[in-house]
Amino acid sequence: MKCEELLAMLNEYVDGTVDPAICKEFERHMAGCNPCQVVVDNIRKTITLYKKGERYEMPVEFRERLHETLRIKWRERHPAKRRG
Amino acid sequence: MSQAHPPPVSDLELVRQANSGRQEAFEELTGRYEERVFGLAMRMLRHQQDAEDVTQQAFLSALENLNRFRGEARFATWLFRIATHAALKVLRKRKGAVSLEWAAEDSDGMAAPHPEYIADWRETPEKLAERAETRRLLDEALAALDEKHRVVFILRDVEGLSVRETAEALGISEGNVKVRLLRARLELRERLTREFGDPRKRVAGHGAR
Repeated sequence: MKCEELLAMLNEYVDGTVDPAICKEFERHMAGCNPCQVVVDNIRKTITLYKKGERYEMPVEFRERLHETLRIKWRERHPAKRRG
Repeated sequence: MSQAHPPPVSDLELVRQANSGRQEAFEELTGRYEERVFGLAMRMLRHQQDAEDVTQQAFLSALENLNRFRGEARFATWLFRIATHAALKVLRKRKGAVSLEWAAEDSDGMAAPHPEYIADWRETPEKLAERAETRRLLDEALAALDEKHRVVFILRDVEGLSVRETAEALGISEGNVKVRLLRARLELRERLTREFGDPRKRVAGHGAR
């Protein structure tokens, strides 16, 4: 396997969906290719950072407005139903 | 603390209850996903007012169409698809034209950017995540991506949708999702490694072998 081929399979490898036979080849290549090893490690860390990233906080006023809008909409659509 | 709560009701069950007229069930669904929908909209649009509008539209649309949700997809995927479409509309309006490029297959195939700056990072992601400046750097790196690559990365890697779900949400092929995701990941890796990489541990020369 060449570095280019490894790059093309990177998604599948990082996501754990790569064919086991190809996975072996992938790992054999990495064992002898430090740059590829580091690139894969960098990619994993990149994904981890974004996954762990802080969530955007929803402004409190917006949350209240959203809930009120949805309550009004709900009542429009369920006029015959008893409320609450 | 978890012992104090009864086991959570599934989304599907809440949808069923909401469809039979139980308002609290819909409110529970809203509570479960409003932050994530808002976050998705913020990451896609980088504008608070627009993100609020999209979030509201998404939940209104979910309320109106809830009886059409049949449970083939996860509720979260269904909701993200609605929100993504609303956000894409805003992006297209900003550009002033319908972008045909969006649905098109990437013509560059698997030709992803070649890694240039390769180095071990100075710190673990856990340590980095504690820093305020990391948040800024992550936002900047994401913003620098091409829109079509950014959106795929957000849905797949930030929101955790599968490749298939991402394809469904965006109306593009799974193959196209993979190509765009690879580009996004490699570009982000490049930028972040220039920030977080240890220059002393830089690995030189990554020629095609």
